[in-house]
Amino acid sequence: MAEAALLAKAAAAGPVPRRARLPLTEPAVVRAVLIGVALLFLAFFLVLPLVVVFVEAFREGARVYFAALSEPEAVAAIRLTVLTAAVCVPLNTLFGLAAAWSITKFEFPGKSLLLTLIDLPFSVSPVVAGLVYVLLFGLQGLFGAWLAAHGVKIIFAVPGIALATLFVTLPFVARELIPLMDSQGTTQEEAAVVLGANGWQTFRRVTLPNIKWGLLYGVLLCNGRAIGEFGAVAVVSGHIIGLTNTMPLHIEVLYNDYAFAAAFAVASLLTLMALVTLAIKTVLEWRLGSAGAATRVH
Amino acid sequence: MHIVVERLTKRFGPTLVLDGIDLTIQSREFLGLLGPSGSGKTTLLRILAGLEFAEEGRVLFDGRDAQTLPIEERQVGIVFQHYALFGHMKVADNVAFGLKVRPRARRPSRQDIAARVERLLDLVQLGGLGGRFPGQLSGGQRQRVALARALATEPKVLLLDEPFGALDAKVRVELRRWLRELHEQTGLTTVFVTHDQEEALALADRVAIMAKGRIEQAGTPTEVYEGPRTPFVYDFLGRTNAFDCLVENGHARIGDKAFPVEDGPPDGPAVAFVRPHDVVLTSADDAAPSPDARLPGLATVRLVTALGPKAWVELAHDRQVIAAEVARETVKALGLAPGVKCAVHLKLPCFFSKQANGT
Repeated sequence: MAEAALLAKAAAAGPVPRRARLPLTEPAVVRAVLIGVALLFLAFFLVLPLVVVFVEAFREGARVYFAALSEPEAVAAIRLTVLTAAVCVPLNTLFGLAAAWSITKFEFPGKSLLLTLIDLPFSVSPVVAGLVYVLLFGLQGLFGAWLAAHGVKIIFAVPGIALATLFVTLPFVARELIPLMDSQGTTQEEAAVVLGANGWQTFRRVTLPNIKWGLLYGVLLCNGRAIGEFGAVAVVSGHIIGLTNTMPLHIEVLYNDYAFAAAFAVASLLTLMALVTLAIKTVLEWRLGSAGAATRVH
Repeated sequence: MHIVVERLTKRFGPTLVLDGIDLTIQSREFLGLLGPSGSGKTTLLRILAGLEFAEEGRVLFDGRDAQTLPIEERQVGIVFQHYALFGHMKVADNVAFGLKVRPRARRPSRQDIAARVERLLDLVQLGGLGGRFPGQLSGGQRQRVALARALATEPKVLLLDEPFGALDAKVRVELRRWLRELHEQTGLTTVFVTHDQEEALALADRVAIMAKGRIEQAGTPTEVYEGPRTPFVYDFLGRTNAFDCLVENGHARIGDKAFPVEDGPPDGPAVAFVRPHDVVLTSADDAAPSPDARLPGLATVRLVTALGPKAWVELAHDRQVIAAEVARETVKALGLAPGVKCAVHLKLPCFFSKQANGT
C-alpha cells in the first residue's frame, strides 16, 4: 500500500525538471566542437612542427646529430648568436628601462613621437632594417668611404649583425614596461622622495620591484628575438661561413646544401633555446600571478 | 613649524591653478584646506610637500624659504589620497623606508629602526601587523600604515591629501577623532585637504576655503560658518536657501522685518541666504509676534523626509522652493505632509549684494 502511494506521488510530481543551463555555458556539442577545433589547430601548427624538427634532427642517429653540432662552422655560428644576444639584450634592456621611465614618469615635448618611433622596428620589415645599415655603413654607403679609410668594418662583420639585431629587438623591453609603468603612476615614487630617498634609491627600492616581472618578461622576449632574427641579419651578414653566420643563417646554408640532418640538428638547438625561454616565461607568469595577487595594493 | 605662504602662483600650461595665495599656518595648528575639486587645494599641499614648485611667491618654513631647503631639512610627512604604500614591501618595511634610505651617518641602527617601527605601529593601533603586505589590509588599516610611514622620519609638518576620502562613513568618523588625538599628542603642524565641509569644520582648528586658485576666507570653523565673507563660502559650507531682497538706507528688508547691514551690500537689490536649519515653520493660523522674519502668505509642503531626529521639509512659496530642517516634533505638531500649508519664518539671514553673488 505504502509503495503504491509513493509511486502515485512520484508520478504526480512528474519527471525531475532539468536544471537550466547557466547563461554563459554552451551546449555540450558546441563546446566539444570548439575545443576540438582549437586542439587540432594547435597540434597541426605548433606541436607537429616542433616534433618534426626533433625527429628530422635525429633521423640519421645521435652521432650525426652531435657531429653536426660540434663541427667548427656550427660552433662558430652558435658562438656568434650567443655573442649577439649578449650584446643586444643588455643594451636594449637599458634603453627600454630609460625610455619607459622617461615616457611614463615625465612630461616632455615630443613624447608621443618617441612612443611612435619605438614601435618602428615592429612595423618595418627586418629586411628593410638590414638594408638601411648597408646603405649607411656599406662600402658604397653614406659613411662607407670614411669607415673604410679608418679600417672599421661594420657591414659583413660582427658589428653590423649586432646593429641589425639591436634595431629589430629594440621595442620589446620598452613596450612591455610602458603600459605597466603607466598604470602604476608616480605616487609611490613621490612618497619615496618625500621620505628622503634619492633618485637611485627610489628606482632601486620602489620602481624596480614594481616592474621586475614585466622587465624580465620583456628581456626574455627580446632575447628570443635576438637569437632567432633572420631577415635583418641576413642582409648585413654576407654569409661568411665561420665568421658572420649566426645560427639561423647557418641553418639556411646547411639546408641549401642538402645537409638536412645537420640543418635540423642546429635548428633543434635553436628551438630548444626558444623552449627554455618559454619555460622561464611560463614560470615567471605563474609566479607573477601568485605574487602579484598578494602584493597588489588596489 | 610655522609656515607662511606668500603670493603663491602656479600655472599648469594656460591654467592658473594658484592665484596669489597668502596663508599663515601657526605652529601646532590643525588646518583644513577646503574647496571643490579644481580649486587648487591639492596643488598647494604638493607645493608645501616640495613635489611641485610655484612660479611666483614663497613658502617660508620657520622663516626659511622652503623651495631652497633640501628634502631632509624640510621635515615634511605626507599621506596621499590613495596612500601610495609600497605594495611589494611588508607593512614594517613600508614604515621603516624613510629611515632605511638615510645616508649611513644619519641612519639609526637596525635594532633602533625595528624598535621605532614597532612603536609607530602600536601608535597607529596596528601592533603585530608588521609582517603583512599592504594588499592584505583594509582601507582604514592602510591609511594608518601610510600615517605611520609619514611619522617615522619625525616630521614637523604632516600633510594629508583627502585623508578620509576612500573610507566608509563609520570608519571615517572613528579615524577623524583618532587623528585629532594624534595631532594633540605629537605636536605636529598638520595641514589636510578635503572637499567635505563637514569634515573640515569638525576636525580643523582653522579652515581655509579655496575656490579657483584663491583663498576665499580663512578662520576658525565657527568664524567661517557664522560669518561667511562671500556667497561662495556661504554656499559651500552647507545647504542654502537664497531670497531676493532690497537694501535701503543700510537696512535689508526681508519678509516683515528689516535687518541693519553694516559693511554689508550697498543699497540696491541684494540676496539673503538662510540655512535650512534656520527656517522655522509654524501653523498657518499662527499670528503670534516672532523675532524672525516672517515671509508673506503661506507656503505649501511638497515633501517630508525623516532624517533620524530631524526631518527635511521642502516647501513651495511664491514660485520658490524652500528647504527646511526641523525637529521631528514640529512635523507631528503641525501635521506636516505634502499639501499642508504653513507659515515660514527666517532666522539669521546673511546678506550679499547681487553683484558679488558668483554662485
